[in-house]
Amino acid sequence: MKPTVWHRMDTMSRQLTPFLLTIMLVLLSAIPFQVPGLARIMPLFSLMAIFHWGVNRSELLPVYAVFCIGIFQDALSGVPMGVHTVVFVMAYSVVLAQHRFFLGKSFYVIWLGYALVAAGSFLLIWMLVSAFSAAAVDSRAVVSQYLLSVGCYPVVAHLFSRWQRAVLQQV
Amino acid sequence: MKNSTRTVNRIAAPVKSAAQRFAYLLLILGAVGVLVIGRVDVASMEQVQIQIVDAVAPILDVAGRPVESFNRGVERMQELYTVYDQNEKLRQERDRLLHWQALARKLETENRTLKGLLNFSTGPEPSFIAARVVADPGGAFAHSLILNAGDRAGVRKGQATVTGDGLVGRISSVGRRSSRLLLITDLNSRIPIAIESNRTRAVMAGTNTGRPRLIHLPTGAVIAKGDRVVTSGHGGVFPSGLPIGIVASANDGIIEVQPYVNRERIEYVRVLDYNLQGIIQSGPDRSARAPVR
Repeated sequence: MKPTVWHRMDTMSRQLTPFLLTIMLVLLSAIPFQVPGLARIMPLFSLMAIFHWGVNRSELLPVYAVFCIGIFQDALSGVPMGVHTVVFVMAYSVVLAQHRFFLGKSFYVIWLGYALVAAGSFLLIWMLVSAFSAAAVDSRAVVSQYLLSVGCYPVVAHLFSRWQRAVLQQV
Repeated sequence: MKNSTRTVNRIAAPVKSAAQRFAYLLLILGAVGVLVIGRVDVASMEQVQIQIVDAVAPILDVAGRPVESFNRGVERMQELYTVYDQNEKLRQERDRLLHWQALARKLETENRTLKGLLNFSTGPEPSFIAARVVADPGGAFAHSLILNAGDRAGVRKGQATVTGDGLVGRISSVGRRSSRLLLITDLNSRIPIAIESNRTRAVMAGTNTGRPRLIHLPTGAVIAKGDRVVTSGHGGVFPSGLPIGIVASANDGIIEVQPYVNRERIEYVRVLDYNLQGIIQSGPDRSARAPVR
């Protein structure tokens, strides 16, 4: 049975959802929630999303989509353009290279893998931003942001797994 | 026929994986290229950045309003508990302010007389543009806010932005309907300041923490905890006299300023338009441009 136009459109929109959900996360993390102290250490949700999709459905998030997410995150957050882009593309390449290692492992192993990738990413962003501003970024805020990002990963991963079960089963 | 498809697949698979690896390398090089271009041609990269923000600013504006209403609702409920104490405090403050009002009137008359005697010419009166904060991207690496007023509203690069409490920052890039506000706590923020009591001049540099530091202090400067910090107006970047904060600590030669403005409570800001040229160039003379493009 040849797939109809509607069926193909349905498939295409389902395939776009990982990218769109990540973009939405970037936007959501920028909304001013006015919680005291949160703004300075807002977790890097886009990295969590990129890691999750890289491990679970990497065919739905091609590398150029990660490039676009990096550019968008740069534009919104105000760091020099290209910082998040470089780090996200490199992190994604690492995740894809180690893809076979993550297959079938328990969630804690994946979480640990994320902690390592995030540590490398944060270190690289810290180095790039410090180099561009010719001044060292305060390490306490970076470490707090890193810890919060690692802590929030299970929530994001859980939400995305439910999305996968609900929407991406047929794709 | 099956043989030919198998041969095609055998050739195609390694070519595809090589192409994929080439794509990663190309994208990483592209990202590094963006970084380098951003350093070489700062202005155009800034424009690209703010155009992207401009495109999503309306979405952020709409998306942020439910959060704002929710926060306001919570605040109102909290206020219900403290309504009696607040009333008493407000009564006391009103009495204090009435006293200051009388003093201010007296000083105003005195000022007018003295200015007349000296033929003193006052500086230009500022106009301002009210803007709402639509995004706080947060993070440890950059401190900035996105406002929902841009070129169309009259916002220009370099303008000082204040709230009722004090100086918030300056406009670092402007799009059509949004602009980026660089906070005074950001790593790249440098503001010429003066200590209000003894007019000691210095520069306040952000450190990406909650408390910016004073640098370029003159030798022998005496600055104590509790001194008020205001803008000095040097360099023509900011008007002088805008309240910034209070010296919070002065140990080990590192002087930290606690800003009056609380970042998380900023909702609406005033972008001051003094028509100062300052040291921040924003391209060809903007005043000569037609207002609508």
